Amino acid sequence: MADLTRLTAVETAAAIAAGDASAVEVTQAHLDRIAAVDGDVHAFLHVDTEGALAQAARVDAGELTGPLAGVPLAMKDVVVTKGVPTTVGSRMLEGWRPPYDATISTRLRDAGVVVLGKTNMDEFAMGSSTEHSAYGPTSNPWDLTRIPGGSGGGSAAAVAAYEAPLAVGTDTGGSIRQPASVTGTVGVKPTYGGVSRYGLVAFSSSLDQAGPCARTVLDAALLHEAMAGHDPADSTSIDAPVPPVVEAARRASVQGLRVAVVQELTGEGYEPGVQERFDEAVALLTELGATVTQVSCPHFAYALPAYYLIAPSEASSNLARFDSVRYGLRVGDDGQRSLEEVMSATRAAGFGPEVKRRIVLGTYALSSGYYDAYYGQAQKVRTLITRDFTAAFEQADVLVSPASPGVAFPLGAKLDDPLAMYRQDLATIPSNLYGGPAMSLPVGLSEGLPVGLQVMAPTMRDDLLYAVGGALEAALHDRWGGSLLASAPELEVPGA
Amino acid sequence: MPEISREQVAHLARLSRLALDDDELDGLAAQLDVILGAVASISQVTDATDVPPTTHAVPVENVTRPDVVRPSLPREDVLAGAPAAEDGRFRVPRILDEEA
Repeated sequence: MADLTRLTAVETAAAIAAGDASAVEVTQAHLDRIAAVDGDVHAFLHVDTEGALAQAARVDAGELTGPLAGVPLAMKDVVVTKGVPTTVGSRMLEGWRPPYDATISTRLRDAGVVVLGKTNMDEFAMGSSTEHSAYGPTSNPWDLTRIPGGSGGGSAAAVAAYEAPLAVGTDTGGSIRQPASVTGTVGVKPTYGGVSRYGLVAFSSSLDQAGPCARTVLDAALLHEAMAGHDPADSTSIDAPVPPVVEAARRASVQGLRVAVVQELTGEGYEPGVQERFDEAVALLTELGATVTQVSCPHFAYALPAYYLIAPSEASSNLARFDSVRYGLRVGDDGQRSLEEVMSATRAAGFGPEVKRRIVLGTYALSSGYYDAYYGQAQKVRTLITRDFTAAFEQADVLVSPASPGVAFPLGAKLDDPLAMYRQDLATIPSNLYGGPAMSLPVGLSEGLPVGLQVMAPTMRDDLLYAVGGALEAALHDRWGGSLLASAPELEVPGA
Repeated sequence: MPEISREQVAHLARLSRLALDDDELDGLAAQLDVILGAVASISQVTDATDVPPTTHAVPVENVTRPDVVRPSLPREDVLAGAPAAEDGRFRVPRILDEEA
């Protein structure tokens, strides 16, 4: 058998089902790959060797079956996993082993998916570069001196570095799609409510959504389907059938589809190389049978300010749960200090600078006298952005834009400039505010680094993303003679 | 609009239960000023006046489930993750002053 780490999830499951490889062999190959390259990439915060091999053995024993049985997966460390450390990239939860599983952890285990470990992320998912992790940054496998995106940089980098064919991410303002964009992988934010949030450590509850990261559109669809569906434990989960994402990825057709370029998400603010690859991909969509037009969504210009008021406001409330009582860190409890003093000392010691910044910003936006001007106004603008989407979807089936304004930037380049970091989410935020699904998929290179195209669809039409993504991917693979990742520089493997 | 003083940040930090030192307060005051200056453009959206706010992307209301008793997490498992526990309970620092 060829290198098992180079297979797609579909190929891996087929190889196991056909008896060409055992799930244990597949898992061991990925554990070996992690041991060889993760010293450089640092995609993982915790590798669960024992748990992964035990799960693989259950698949080999025939206890667990399904389209992803035996396929390894990297889990973002924001998803709680029973008995397996879950830190959310924060010192606040260092060493914590959750007493329960997230719904998606349970669903994936029941589907025979092998969770290899937990991936690095910006602390509490606040960031666009993974540099805000309390445990050090992750590197981009295309260039180890550059960022892998964020907050789910670990998940995207693990997939790009062949440490896992699949990963789970979460996307509040772009944390699945921007890392996908800068690592040349596929990342999808499902419709809000399409995938259960039960057991995700909450950042901004009206925006957070878990979704798949993969190397191909079809692999992402299979993971999407395995995770999605109504969950009584999440009262915001949508009680409706999962959109036919796998079928759409297999059909992979844009014939007769109406595609619109969002004028406000191109041009100024986007790197020329990104714009060029985007324009070429849009031309390709026309060749493939789509009708391409332009739409204007005038309120998208205010999506970034609305997001950076709404998300910190919700975070300032959500993160109140880290009170040094029920889980995580406690400092300064000397028998003399009061509860408030211990709580305040613990939170000052346990949260990093970006988390503190957002808690204070959110507290300000929610405080008496400023509420109407900031948080209240942002929620009204959210309504206007939703109306822009609704109007645009009367003219088009899907909207497209670059997924990220630029290619991966050097580590450290934007760390001291919060606003520059926030602008990474320019194109991804509107879909979070609206709630509709969106995908980033690789459409080429600029300066030798991957460029992602974003597809946005109406609520509960996640299948349209996969139809467009599948068609574009097939045409581009024909053009390139393989996947974009196949042209990435090889990572150094000690002793190889 | 914004002009954030160190005293204001100190007040917000107190509300947020964050014991920040003077350097952090000064740093945050400057950063909040820049960030709030950037997001202040939201006040220019004049057509938002009569628009209802959106609190949630997917409006679902009154989600209920049958009122059935289900097992909860084992007490020991939950307390095992707590910073301090005693007699089967979370142990917390004192909440009242001694003279109270």
